[in-house]
Amino acid sequence: MKQEARAPSEKRGGGQNTFSYYPGCALKSSAREYDISARLCCESLGIELRELADWTCCGASSAHATSDVLAVALPGKDLHAASEAGYPLVTACAMCFSRLKIAAHETADMATRTLAGDVSGNIVPVMHLLEVIDSRLASLVPNKGLAGLKVACFYGCLLVRPKAVAIDDAENPQVMDRLMRTIGAEPMPWAFKTECCGAGLPLARPDIVRRLSHRILLSAAAVGADCVAVACPECHANLDMHQAGMGGKHGGEVRVPVVYFTQLLGLSLGFSPYELHLDRHMVDPLPALSSKGLA
Amino acid sequence: MFVCHCGTNIAGVVDIARVVEAAKRMPQVVYVSDNKYTCSDPGQGSIKNAIGEHKLDRVVVSACSPRMHEKTFRKAVAQAGLNPYMLEIANIREHDSWVHAFDKEGATAKAIELVRLAVAKVSRDAQLHARQIGLTKRALVIGGGIAGIQAALDIANSGHEVVVVEREATIGGRMAQVDKTFPTLDCSACILSPKMVELSSHPRVTLLTYAEVVSVKGFLGNFEVEIRQKARKVDHASCTGCGTCWQKCPEKVKSDFDLGLGERTAIYIPFPQAVPPKPVIDLESCRYMKYLAFTASGAEGKKPPQCRICEKLCPTGSIDWEQKDKILTEKFGAIVVATGFKTFDHSAYGEYGAGAYPDVITGLQLERMMSASGPTGGEVRRPSDGAHPKTVVFVSCVGSRDEAKGRAYCSKVCCMYIAKHAIMLKEHDPEVQSFVFYIDIRAGGKGYEEFVRRAQEEYGAIYLRGRVSKIYQEGRKLKVLGEDSLIGRPVEIDADLVVLATGIEPSTGVVDLAQRLSISYDTDRFLVEAHPKLRPVETQTDGVFLAGVCIGPKDIPETVAQGSAAAAKVAALFSQEYITTDPMTATVDLMKCTGCMLCAQVCPFKAIGSQTMRDGKVLANVNESLCKGCGLCAAACRGKAIDLRGFTNQQLLAEVTSLWQ
Amino acid sequence: MPSPVIPESRSPVSRFVIEHSGQNPARCYQCGKCTAGCPAAPDMDMGPRQVMRALQLGMGREVLSCNSIWVCLQCQTCSSRCPKEIDIAKVMESLRLMAILEGHPAAEKNIALFNEVFLDVVKRHGRAYELEMGALYNLRSGHPTANARILVELVAKGRLALLPPAVRGVAKVRRLFDEAEAARRRVGREVRG
Ligand SMILES: Cc1cc2nc3c(=O)[nH]c(=O)nc-3n(C[C@H](O)[C@H](O)[C@H](O)COP(=O)(O)OP(=O)(O)OC[C@H]3O[C@@H](n4cnc5c(N)ncnc54)[C@H](O)[C@@H]3O)c2cc1C
Ligand code: SF4
Ligand code: SF4
Repeated sequence: MKQEARAPSEKRGGGQNTFSYYPGCALKSSAREYDISARLCCESLGIELRELADWTCCGASSAHATSDVLAVALPGKDLHAASEAGYPLVTACAMCFSRLKIAAHETADMATRTLAGDVSGNIVPVMHLLEVIDSRLASLVPNKGLAGLKVACFYGCLLVRPKAVAIDDAENPQVMDRLMRTIGAEPMPWAFKTECCGAGLPLARPDIVRRLSHRILLSAAAVGADCVAVACPECHANLDMHQAGMGGKHGGEVRVPVVYFTQLLGLSLGFSPYELHLDRHMVDPLPALSSKGLA
Repeated sequence: MFVCHCGTNIAGVVDIARVVEAAKRMPQVVYVSDNKYTCSDPGQGSIKNAIGEHKLDRVVVSACSPRMHEKTFRKAVAQAGLNPYMLEIANIREHDSWVHAFDKEGATAKAIELVRLAVAKVSRDAQLHARQIGLTKRALVIGGGIAGIQAALDIANSGHEVVVVEREATIGGRMAQVDKTFPTLDCSACILSPKMVELSSHPRVTLLTYAEVVSVKGFLGNFEVEIRQKARKVDHASCTGCGTCWQKCPEKVKSDFDLGLGERTAIYIPFPQAVPPKPVIDLESCRYMKYLAFTASGAEGKKPPQCRICEKLCPTGSIDWEQKDKILTEKFGAIVVATGFKTFDHSAYGEYGAGAYPDVITGLQLERMMSASGPTGGEVRRPSDGAHPKTVVFVSCVGSRDEAKGRAYCSKVCCMYIAKHAIMLKEHDPEVQSFVFYIDIRAGGKGYEEFVRRAQEEYGAIYLRGRVSKIYQEGRKLKVLGEDSLIGRPVEIDADLVVLATGIEPSTGVVDLAQRLSISYDTDRFLVEAHPKLRPVETQTDGVFLAGVCIGPKDIPETVAQGSAAAAKVAALFSQEYITTDPMTATVDLMKCTGCMLCAQVCPFKAIGSQTMRDGKVLANVNESLCKGCGLCAAACRGKAIDLRGFTNQQLLAEVTSLWQ
Repeated sequence: MPSPVIPESRSPVSRFVIEHSGQNPARCYQCGKCTAGCPAAPDMDMGPRQVMRALQLGMGREVLSCNSIWVCLQCQTCSSRCPKEIDIAKVMESLRLMAILEGHPAAEKNIALFNEVFLDVVKRHGRAYELEMGALYNLRSGHPTANARILVELVAKGRLALLPPAVRGVAKVRRLFDEAEAARRRVGREVRG
């Protein structure tokens, strides 16, 4: 953090318009709609995203679970590249955000543990896309308000924990809620905003993922949300993909569309559901959206 | 010169014979002896005898710390006819034998050096004389909770005048909010009200409610205190407390006394048994006040109503809109601080909803609900829908024993009041099932453990050992997630009502008050006793005493005991006609003082003022009654104009030089 | 009832945890708030509180062989709520790393396998390649047809990239892997003494 504190203030995102962009692996494959909608929104808001050249995987939870050296070295490589580029590094994936920001945090204290070259020199700030957009809410004027749309904003773990890298409160964060309110939607108060969806276990322990995601979805449904908005491809996959297998001994079946916050923002900025790839989800959000006249 | 063995405490390490031999060879030493216990009667006797026999004019005792027995030996020396300040103590126990227990040779050498220092110093001792000053036999009690009430009554009953300053519109403090009291379950109001009334009608007590201490000057026996009597807008001299006004006032606001669960009017008494039973007008909510503020601001738009209904209806014409805050200046000989506590604000617990769930309440709120004169008339109802809760979960240690929330200490009374609540709930409604999440049960006290057992065995409360991790609303229920660490599994309970045992913390404003009084507070803002064991109700500032929860969490019996203890200290002080001051104070050499007043800035006791000389020069002046002899001024003075009696520069220098002679 | 515990104050596992995680298990006062909020606790042999207790008592073998250190999701709920401000998730991480360094068999084979497969693929392509990961994982876990329904649906929705990612500079990633592995082995040898 020490390094970041010293970074010139224009690199902290406030008046900044140009960012290095780190899409992360998922946004290039299973979560393409997140990448696409994020880019559309940013363009429309005058935020320039420059994709980091030759970025590679942050190591995700697997590197972290296997080797503390690798867990810092992999994101360290990308941090290094971003620092050369000189713009704040923004990512839309909560997992990548967490790995990159923790690496920035750790290398600031323990440069020696990084094998990725001298990343400790002058680390650029690492930001999540939500933070960038939040910093310009005041000037955000939606084309088409999402009036009547009840949204359960889901933050998951990695945006709000651990404290050292969190972008908001761990129990009742507000950044996504604020955005939803700005674009005319109604963010629902609910108690599962920062619960864990099962993280990287869908292949090895799908039962755990289903159990946890199910609780989250039930709670979203209970407060009457039309959809759950997420800011992480892993949360999206866990919540969206496994709904068919849920229910049974853990209580009732549940069908709640899960969309990216950028898709809702995109709708309000005037993009069509198809431009935003809202038709790619396993649980189709279009019926809910069209019932509110939004699709 | 008297060298003490202190049993084996010193003699077990230090070779006393060698110390005695060495001392005999020191200049000016005419007599040396050693004693097994110098502090004992025979030990003291030997000092007195030697003074007479050998015509000694000053004495060194080589023994334990002066904190232990300096007074004893000064008295002995005085009884033998010497000035009591012609005595020095060489501490060869705490400073030597105890810390060098494994180096006998070194310890003996060190003892000899310590003795040498003392001899060097004592030969430069001057005769000092304690001064006597008068005192005002009138006490100030700050805070009218049970601690303050008890202290004030005891002082008044021992024949002295007392002024009680209470910030709120009534005395009674938190105990007035409590319903029944553990472990005997007697009704709090029934045992408190008589004391409140006794206090208010006591001929030697002046009650100043709705008042605050503004400034404190002076010292032990002679304090001068400014008190602000806040404007009540009601003339209490003519008001009869008939109640017409507060029954008819149209402006309703949440009652602080009922912790937001009920309402009161803008002109109000906090609760039916309030003392004094006369109202005050809350300036913030009064319609007429709002009207005045609005017209004064010159703002446009619709004016608020003038109202003044209370004024129109008051049969005695006691409403006085002109009444202003008043500053009273009073003299006191002693001050008792009894400012009590408030409960922890649970909005810091995001995981428990941060106050957003109406049916998550605090223990004190439950007390108000259970109280027959409370907002629900003694019925326990959910704030959200008024339903009678059947499943109630208690969560202990909310804002206690929680370092992450900045509260590491235990609040001490919560375990007990939770058990009380569980019992009372069952008495109110046999269908209620209580679940209590606890980390440890603290029930030390007469009948306390039995009380907690009864809550479980007879009243069926189920205790779960673990801290709750999360509480959230699910439909009409509150989901409570905890662990029972005894069975080792997570626990989920669907509750109708959750009661948080919010911890105890010092009252708002206690730090300001402490600074005004020159008394200290700890990192948790509790006031600090002069000694945690042996002087539990005194402070480092003479004449200022403490009682009750302002010192640290405690229950009513302990609080009352402290109130009485503080009163006993005050009574003992007032039994004297004069106060004897310690003569070891700073003195200013007026020939050397340049009047830079640096000393006044460094003095922590505000003991240095200025004096104007005949030639118009302004020089430093030590108030010997305030001076504690800490010596900061002496060290700070650039011109060496200040000296500390009993520790003069000359004496200290002599000590140091003796080391290399 | 399991056999009696023989408490040990300076067990190697506890020492490693203290050093690696910077957390002192003795600070834990066993309130259970961590376990109460832990999403994975119902699937754990011992909840996080019990892991802390086992460390206090020096029960090294038990903690290294429990499944808790594998199913821990690193969600940090425990750490963010612990009243004693202990970073329990970090303790879990340290224990898992120690188990790996010691070559201790993983109590959750599939979780270890998934991590292995994931990292293999990243090492090969520089980025994750989900199709290959899925296939490799199924093959090595001995359930070639697992998750078939979801896979088909994903492909149908166009959610799975069919071709592997093409990244320049994969060599650098591979080198990082090798260096990290070497560093890890070094620590491993130190841990084993
Ligand atoms: C929910 C709950 C239930 C309890 N139940 C029991 C029980 O059953 N049995 C039991 O033994 N104990 C019980 N207690 C503990 C009991 O309330 C306290 O021991 C007792 O009230 C302490 O009295 P006190 O006079 O020290 O403080 P307080 O009661 O807090 O009184 C302090 C007074 O000082 C006033 N004050 C504060 N600052 C200033 C200032 N600067 N100037 C002027 N006045 C000031 C306040 O307004 C207040 O009137 C309970 C506590 C709680 C929270
Ligand atoms: S929350 Fe912290 S103190 Fe409580 S049991 Fe868990 S580790 Fe121990
Ligand atoms: S980090 Fe691991 S141990 Fe802690 S709460 Fe999450 S899953 Fe449980």
